[in-house]
Amino acid sequence: MMPIHIALVGNPNAGKTAIFNRLTGARQKVANYAGVTVERRSGTFILPSGRHVEVMDLPGIYSLHTLSADEHITRDLLVGALPNEQRPHMVVCVVDAANLQLHLRLVLEVRALGHQVIVVLNMMDSAARRGITIDLALLQRHLKLPVVSTIAVQRGGTDALIAALSVTFDSASSLQSTAEAAVGSRNIEQTKTRHAEVRAMLDAAVSFPTRAYRRDDAFDRWLLHPVMGLIVLAALLLLVFQAVYFVGRPATEAIGDLFSLLGELAKTHLPDGPLFDLVNEALLGGLGTLLGFLPQILVLFFFIQVLEGSGYLPRAAFLLDRIMRAVGLSGRSFIPLLSSFACAVPGILSTRSISNARDRLTTILVAPLMTCSARLPVYALLIAAFIPPRLTLGVFNLQGLVLFALYVAGIAGAIVVAWVTKRLRGFSSDHNEIALLMEMPAYRWPSAWDIALALWERARVFLARLTGLILALTVLMWCLTHYPSAPANAIGPAIDTSFAGYLGRAVHVLFAPLGFNWQITVALIPAFAARETAVAALATVYAVAGQGGGEGLLQPQTLASVLSQSISLASALSLMVWFVFAPQCMSTLAVIRRETGGWRWAIISFAYMFALAYLTSFVTYRIADTFS
Amino acid sequence: MSLDCCVVPSASIQANAVPLSQLPRGVTARVIGVSALHPNDSIAERLGELGFVPGELLLVIAHAPWGKDPILVKIGASRFALRLAEANRVTVAIGECA
Repeated sequence: MMPIHIALVGNPNAGKTAIFNRLTGARQKVANYAGVTVERRSGTFILPSGRHVEVMDLPGIYSLHTLSADEHITRDLLVGALPNEQRPHMVVCVVDAANLQLHLRLVLEVRALGHQVIVVLNMMDSAARRGITIDLALLQRHLKLPVVSTIAVQRGGTDALIAALSVTFDSASSLQSTAEAAVGSRNIEQTKTRHAEVRAMLDAAVSFPTRAYRRDDAFDRWLLHPVMGLIVLAALLLLVFQAVYFVGRPATEAIGDLFSLLGELAKTHLPDGPLFDLVNEALLGGLGTLLGFLPQILVLFFFIQVLEGSGYLPRAAFLLDRIMRAVGLSGRSFIPLLSSFACAVPGILSTRSISNARDRLTTILVAPLMTCSARLPVYALLIAAFIPPRLTLGVFNLQGLVLFALYVAGIAGAIVVAWVTKRLRGFSSDHNEIALLMEMPAYRWPSAWDIALALWERARVFLARLTGLILALTVLMWCLTHYPSAPANAIGPAIDTSFAGYLGRAVHVLFAPLGFNWQITVALIPAFAARETAVAALATVYAVAGQGGGEGLLQPQTLASVLSQSISLASALSLMVWFVFAPQCMSTLAVIRRETGGWRWAIISFAYMFALAYLTSFVTYRIADTFS
Repeated sequence: MSLDCCVVPSASIQANAVPLSQLPRGVTARVIGVSALHPNDSIAERLGELGFVPGELLLVIAHAPWGKDPILVKIGASRFALRLAEANRVTVAIGECA
C-alpha cells in the first residue's frame, strides 16, 4: 500500500523536530530557539495498523509571506511549488500550547489553503505548568479542524497524534494529495481579522492565569539587564573555559595512560618491524593522542547543549546585537555564528534563516573564524606545552584564560573581517534594511536525556572522523615519514631522508618567517584538510624522528614536553595564532561552495583566511621573539 | 493575559500616542497601528503578523546595553527583540495605569 505522506508545519520553536524525532526515532537537532531546522527532512514510522507514514519535518514559519531561504521551502511545499516533492496527504500544524495567540494565526492562514489539516497542541506540559487550561473540544469546534495534544519530549507523548492519524487514514479508501494552492497577496486587514478570530477563540476556549509568565519575566529582568546581563554573560563564558580544563584534563590523562598500556601490549605481541612502527607511531601515538582530547570537547559541548536548551542563546544575541550592527550584521547572524563554535558546517547551513543575501554572505565568510571544536585539541596541546597551569588573580587557571583569549581572538578577527566586508560593499541605499525581529523563547530546563544524546552523537561524529579521514591522513603521513628508507650509512633520524623530510624542508621556506620548524610545517600540510589532524601528525612526526625518548610512543603529556623542548614560546604563540585564522577544513570549503552556488566564495574564503593567518602569525612571532 | 490592566479611552489615544521605540520600560501600552515606511515594507507587514495589531497590549521588558537598542517587547505570550528602527514603525498609546 502507498505510504501516507504528512508534513509538519508551524511557527519556529513550536517543537516540530521534537515531534519528528519522537515519531520516527530520528535524532535531528532540537534546541530552544527559533530557526534550528533550516532544511526539509524525511523519516518514516508505522501506524498500529501497519500503514507506513512518511513524515516531513520543515523549517518553522511565522507566515506564508516568507522572507528567508529556509521559510521559502515550507511555503513552496504548502503551495505545491516543489515539482519533485510528493504533496502531503495531510498537513500537521504544530503549535505551542503556551503561545496559542501567535501560533493559531498561522493555522488559520494554512487552513485557508484548503489542505487536510490536523492541529497539534505541543508542549502541553509547559502550558499546564503555567496554569493555562485549554478546552480542546471547544477549540476544535471554533477552529473547525481536529485538535490533539502532545508532549513531544515525553515517551508516548505523541500517542494522541498517532491515534488521530490512524482514525483518519485506516478507514479512508483512497489517499487524496493536497491540491495546489496560492498564497494571497499580503493584506493587513486580513491579518487583523485573523488576529481577532484567534482572540475570540482564546476567550472562549482557553483560560490564562494573570501571571503565567512571571518566572520568565524575572529571569529576563536579570539576564537582560544592561549591566548585570553582560556580567552574567562574561561569567558564563569564563566558567565554560575553566571547566574545560578542570574537568577535561584528568580524563585526557586517563586516556593517555590507557594508550600507554596498549603500547606495551603491542610491544609484546607484535614483531619488530614496519607493522609495529605503524601501530605504535601512527595509530596509538597519532590517533591516540588526538582521542585524548575528546573529553575536553565533550565538556565544551555539554555547556553548549545546556545553553541551547535553556533559551539563553537568543538572549545573548540580544545583549550583543549592538556590536553585530556596528560591523554590519544583524542579530540574526548571531545564532549561525554561535553554532560555528561547534562546527562551521552547520553554522553556515543555518545562515539560511538570514533573509538579506549580502548579510548572509558576510556571515558565511566569517563563520569559519569562530573557534570550532576541531581547534580545541590543537589549542589544548599547545597550551599544555607552553602555558604553566598556575592560578592568576587567585581563581583563574592561566591555561583556561589563554584558551579564552584564543576564542576571543577568533571573534575579534570575525568582527574586523565583517567590518571590512561592510566597507567594501559600500553604504548602498537599498531598502534591504537589516532587521532583527527575533523571537525570545520561553525559558526551559534543558533535558538530561537530550544532552546525553547530543554528547553521544558528538562523540560518534568525532570517532567517525578519527577513524576515517584523519586515520587515512595519519597513515599517509606515517608512510611519507618512513619511505624511502634511510641509507645504511645515514647519520641522524631516518625521517630526514624520507619524502616527508624533503617535503617539509621544501615548504619550510614559506613557513620559516612564522617561526615554524620543518616538523611543524610537515604536520600543517594534512591539517589543511582537517585541522585536528595536526595533533596526530605532530605526534607521528616527532615519534618517527625519535624525539619521544627512543620508545616511540607519545602521550599528550609527552608530546607536549617534546614540543616545549623543540620550539620556542614565540613559535608556539605564532602557531596558536595560525590555528585561530588558517583555512583548515575541506568540509567548510565544500559547504561554502554549495551554499553560495559556486567556487568563487570558497576560494575567496580560503585566500583571505590564509593571508590573515600568515600576517597575524608573522606579527605574533616577531613581537614575541623580540620580548623573549 | 497578564497585560490587561489598563483601558485606554479612545479620546485620549492621540494625546498619549508615542512610537514604541520611546515607550519606557515596564509601562503597559496598547498598539494603535503599524506604519509602513515604504511600499512593500516587509518589516511592517511581518510586525502585523507577529501580533502588532491595533488593540493589543504590550510591554517593554528590557533595553540592550549601549544606546538602549534593541528593546525586548512582550506582546501576548510572545517576546520579540526589535531594533529601534523596527519599533519606530509601531505607534502605541500609554494608559492611565502606567
